[in-house]
Amino acid sequence: MAFFRSHILVSVDPECIKRGALDVIDALQNELVEQGLIDEVQVLETSRIGDPNLWGPDMMVYPEGVHYSCLTVDDVPFLVEEHFLKGRVVEKFRAVEKAIIDEELSAPKGKEVRVVLRNCGKIDPTNIEDYIAEDGYLALAKALNEMTPEDVIKTVKASGLRGRGGAGFLVGQKWELARMNAGDVKFAICNADEGDPGAFMNRRVLESDPHSVIEGMIIAAYAIGSTQGYIYCRAEYPLAVKALNIGIQQARDLGLLGKNIMGTDFSFDLEVRMGAGAFVCGEETALMSSIEGRRGEPRPRPPFPAQKGLFGKPSNINNVESYANVPQIIIKGPEWYSSMGTENSKGTKTFALAGDLNHTGLIEVPFGITLREIIYDVGGGIKGGKGFKAIQTGGPMGGCIPAEYLDLPIDYKTLASVGSIMGSGGMIVMDEDTCMVDIARFFMDFIQDESCGKCVPCRVGTRRMLEILTRICEGKGQPDDIPTLELLCKEIMADSLCGLGQGAPNPVITALKYFRSEFEAHIFEKRCPAKVCKALITYEIQEGPCTGCTVCSRNCPVSAITGERRQTHHIDPDTCIRCGICMQVCNFNAIEIH
Amino acid sequence: MTFNAENSQAVLNAVQGAVNRHGATREELIPILNDINREIGYLPKEALSQVSKLLQVPQSQLFSVATFYHMLNTKPRGKNVIQFCESAPCHVVGGREVWNRLQEELNLSDGETTPDGMWSLVTVSCLGLCGVGPVIMVNDDIYGNVTPQQVSEILNRYKEVG
Repeated sequence: MAFFRSHILVSVDPECIKRGALDVIDALQNELVEQGLIDEVQVLETSRIGDPNLWGPDMMVYPEGVHYSCLTVDDVPFLVEEHFLKGRVVEKFRAVEKAIIDEELSAPKGKEVRVVLRNCGKIDPTNIEDYIAEDGYLALAKALNEMTPEDVIKTVKASGLRGRGGAGFLVGQKWELARMNAGDVKFAICNADEGDPGAFMNRRVLESDPHSVIEGMIIAAYAIGSTQGYIYCRAEYPLAVKALNIGIQQARDLGLLGKNIMGTDFSFDLEVRMGAGAFVCGEETALMSSIEGRRGEPRPRPPFPAQKGLFGKPSNINNVESYANVPQIIIKGPEWYSSMGTENSKGTKTFALAGDLNHTGLIEVPFGITLREIIYDVGGGIKGGKGFKAIQTGGPMGGCIPAEYLDLPIDYKTLASVGSIMGSGGMIVMDEDTCMVDIARFFMDFIQDESCGKCVPCRVGTRRMLEILTRICEGKGQPDDIPTLELLCKEIMADSLCGLGQGAPNPVITALKYFRSEFEAHIFEKRCPAKVCKALITYEIQEGPCTGCTVCSRNCPVSAITGERRQTHHIDPDTCIRCGICMQVCNFNAIEIH
Repeated sequence: MTFNAENSQAVLNAVQGAVNRHGATREELIPILNDINREIGYLPKEALSQVSKLLQVPQSQLFSVATFYHMLNTKPRGKNVIQFCESAPCHVVGGREVWNRLQEELNLSDGETTPDGMWSLVTVSCLGLCGVGPVIMVNDDIYGNVTPQQVSEILNRYKEVG
């Protein structure tokens, strides 16, 4: 067989042929003969390379992997001389690939370490072979062939991996409990009901790398002795459900799911279950009720799922991210994993950055990184160069952390020490224009809405808290509102049935602790320091900058603005509904909030 | 929507189709209701009573499940359903202004449907698109980085021509 040092693959899809691909091939052959290179460089035809409607004719040159496009016959002599004789890439012919901007997941920043997100955006999630090429299912093969279930549990325990769903229970220990509880049937469940506002790490992993979760679940099933698994995914994530279903089918086709996996005695199959829009279903006992076809209401623990879970059988339930870590731990060993992170929180954690940041999106960092590093180094700082006010971690049951703790190295323990939680990993950054009373009210509104209503402290207590917070925002706060709120917080935390109620007061507790003066300003001075609460602010037009252009008065939905053309306008505070439209439309920044 | 022989047949067909797809067991209840809801737009009484017969589950329990989940509706919804993400990340980046504009534009409050049955306006919990907030969803189309100024232009795309 002839050996060529270089290959030129020319796309001959219909569009490229229309644009002269065949003539270019002829010209290439002729020129290679001319230059005496025909025995060194081979010209081949291939199918579509780029987008033929944009480029064409297209060609790829290997081994360099250079993509040339928009070539004509006249360009060929120069190209052959430069590239194939002199060995220089001809930049001007190179295809200018439209940069694919991934707003959600950009290239890793300096302080990131990607374990769970390693394949996201890199592999085709609908093709199992892409995953296998990245060492996919290697961990499963190792576990099934070289390790006993006990070995697997020991390894996961030694890695120090803690449940990424929020509570941070040791994954290996959970598996051990599920293994120890005897049962004819056991279930492995994946909690993909990522409902925390501001959290979308799990969605991205499921959409971009579903097999990492599927493989992690098969390994878990092997460890605990389960034959059937469920992935409970929220219905708001249709793409994730689709990617999972494709992934499961492909794994079945290759014998990685189903009977006698990889030719061993071990059998396991998986099914995707969709939620129907209920936040509380992210709570493990509520989730299991929902899979059983009931209202997603939590039930008291014990018995824990490991004892009596789905359909009354011993069950192991972990979060998407927990499972996605497992294959890597099996391949690279527990020491590798536990070398990252802090004393009590090992490994890496994905976070979803949202709010007033320059770079919002997904990140993955080792535990022990500080909030400052996350916000300013990874997140690019606060939008518009404004000041930082607070960061809310852990979703609606987390707390708001003020600037004084920016240098806190974060892990499960330190976040708890400042009154917040790790939660699933949402981080909402708030700038100096945020009113913390409004934010506290907002989170309580959410909790109140999502409370399932089963237990009184959560159902009634959060309602009362919301009423008080709303009243404060409306300027009708009463002197004893703060002590009443604190009392309610204490009671709801102590007496609620599940994590939702127990965590519900956190945003209010931390806001009261770190931003108490704002509450006091609202209640006693009837003033909103951040100028957010509508009842406590007035819009005023400044005489100097106002040109009397009438834009504001024409846009005011309630005709509260009066004034002659070219004269300073005036807003009637009694008619004004504080919608802020005048401020948005004013071209001269003449409107101020007081 | 008023019921006549024709569309109550459509409801029965939707129920039968969903039950055939998933199997007539209690644990398939939510997938079944989801399918019917998607096909009819909501869960009419007739549908629930038919599901109750096929699954041998009391209607009271069905109603309890149907009213528990946000995505299952027991009342008819408009032709175009606008879902506004009311979560904190969208809130802090200007979601409130978008929400106000939506309400003004359609003259609807949360959960309401226009008298002509064209529009329903609802809030939805986090859609997980927090990187591009504020986010609204019209039917199956998602819009990110929405400003109040864009609202009427987005709605216009769904208004029927002529």
